[in-house]
Amino acid sequence: MSAWTRDEMMTVAASRLLWDGCVCFVGIGLPSAACNLARLTHAPDIVLVYESGTLGTRPDVLPLSIGDGELAETAACVVPLPEIFSYFLQAGRVDVGFLGAAQIDRHGNLNSTVIGPYDAPTTRLPGAGGATEIAAHARQTFVMLKATTRSLVATLDFRTSAGFLDGQGTRARTTMRGAGPRTVITDFGLLTPETSSEELQLSALFPGVTVDEARAAVGWPLRVAARLDTIEPPSPLELETLRALHARTREAHSRPVRIPA
Amino acid sequence: MKLVTLAQAIERHVADGACVALEGFTHLIPFAAGHEIIRQGRRGLHLVRMTPDLIYDQMIGMGCASRLTFSWGGNPGVGSLHRLRDAVEHRWPVPLEIDEHTHAGVAAAYCAGAARLPFATLRGYLGTDLATANPRIRSVECPFTGERLAAVPAINPDVTILHAQRADRQGNVAIHGILGAQREAGLAARALVVTVEEIVDALPPAMNGIVLPHWVVSAVVHCPGGAYPSYVQGHYARDNGFYQRWDAIARDRAGFRAWMERHVLHSRDHAAFLASLEAAA
Repeated sequence: MSAWTRDEMMTVAASRLLWDGCVCFVGIGLPSAACNLARLTHAPDIVLVYESGTLGTRPDVLPLSIGDGELAETAACVVPLPEIFSYFLQAGRVDVGFLGAAQIDRHGNLNSTVIGPYDAPTTRLPGAGGATEIAAHARQTFVMLKATTRSLVATLDFRTSAGFLDGQGTRARTTMRGAGPRTVITDFGLLTPETSSEELQLSALFPGVTVDEARAAVGWPLRVAARLDTIEPPSPLELETLRALHARTREAHSRPVRIPA
Repeated sequence: MKLVTLAQAIERHVADGACVALEGFTHLIPFAAGHEIIRQGRRGLHLVRMTPDLIYDQMIGMGCASRLTFSWGGNPGVGSLHRLRDAVEHRWPVPLEIDEHTHAGVAAAYCAGAARLPFATLRGYLGTDLATANPRIRSVECPFTGERLAAVPAINPDVTILHAQRADRQGNVAIHGILGAQREAGLAARALVVTVEEIVDALPPAMNGIVLPHWVVSAVVHCPGGAYPSYVQGHYARDNGFYQRWDAIARDRAGFRAWMERHVLHSRDHAAFLASLEAAA
């Protein structure tokens, strides 16, 4: 088995956080790959929920959109979208919300709305979608995002989804039912909130990455947790399963679609 | 019988300045209807959709809209909607006022609209800047528990346009697969236009299939392929390749205009649009 990429390590590290049987509300992109890798390896009975209303879906290839036919065809059931958000998510029937974002701050708050001022943005991002209420109501959230100079920042341009707000228990004093971010998976390792300050700190590194490298990628003075782990590299089974999933996905997405007549 | 042509349905039900919702969550997006609105040159529309998707990127880029209510404005799995971004960032081709929500908020607002209630309440928008950015996101106190809950005004479009697998000759509409908030958006509207893949003598019995009964449907249009490049469960697949190619087509103004003229404006109807894509492939 050849060496792994950082993307693969991120996906594998994220998949290991999921447990068999958990009910997981899945965002598209890296979270979707991680959740399906978990399903195809150590968590065969994970319940994957996508916001299109597909419950308990078992896609053979990764969907490009949140509502590909593949998700409906392999779902245990398909419910109307308002029900997903009210009867399932808001009602507290989701264990894990798995989110991506453009920016995250030191307290795990997320921005997927704008870079620059809201009324005159330099970059208009897609917006909240399901993320705001997933962040509020899932029992806990995992966040995946790649580290760039503009992604792990001291201050967000806009707060689209709540993490620990200003830390120090501010989230717990709101009416949000979910506990907030448990782990942030990025491309040098994992960040987890410190118990009292609720500030994200470095708790694990990928093999071969240094603390200095992690610090350089983060826009606030990154603290190191009392215990700093090194993540096990991807196993041959994990890598083989993930690469086969991506290969099936590429093949399916490049298959020409007949234009209906 | 409510069976009309697409051109007739748009002429009758979509006026300049109207509030229009073309719903369908990734699945069953009414592209043909959006293109006909562009062909007929409607202006000043208030467009409503949870996910604007390529169809609103096209309508916004062609200058049909002055206002947009939405909750996620990207090209799913690909990136940005460049025409939406250009309208918001540079007011091109015309300024676009945005009324931005979350999926849960728009879904609740459609439900309230369908029930003809004035507003919807939810545990939503918590701990975010969304309510600061949008003055239409407010809060109410629960009269029983005192809890502060988010409140959003009901959405009641002048017309909602949907695409579905089939309708019968009376105008009953059956939908299966991913449903999105189509039923709620349809029942919230003052008029409901549905384009369908086929018209049948009798719908298959489906007690729990989503059926919009004929007396809530204003017009039915037979429009095969009407959701392409979105998809119709049981009929044709989503053209993910088209969604990926759209990123380059829509990236600059001139290339976008040329594509729209060639394929949409110069095509008499949706069948001609599909044929023009086939010819270009």
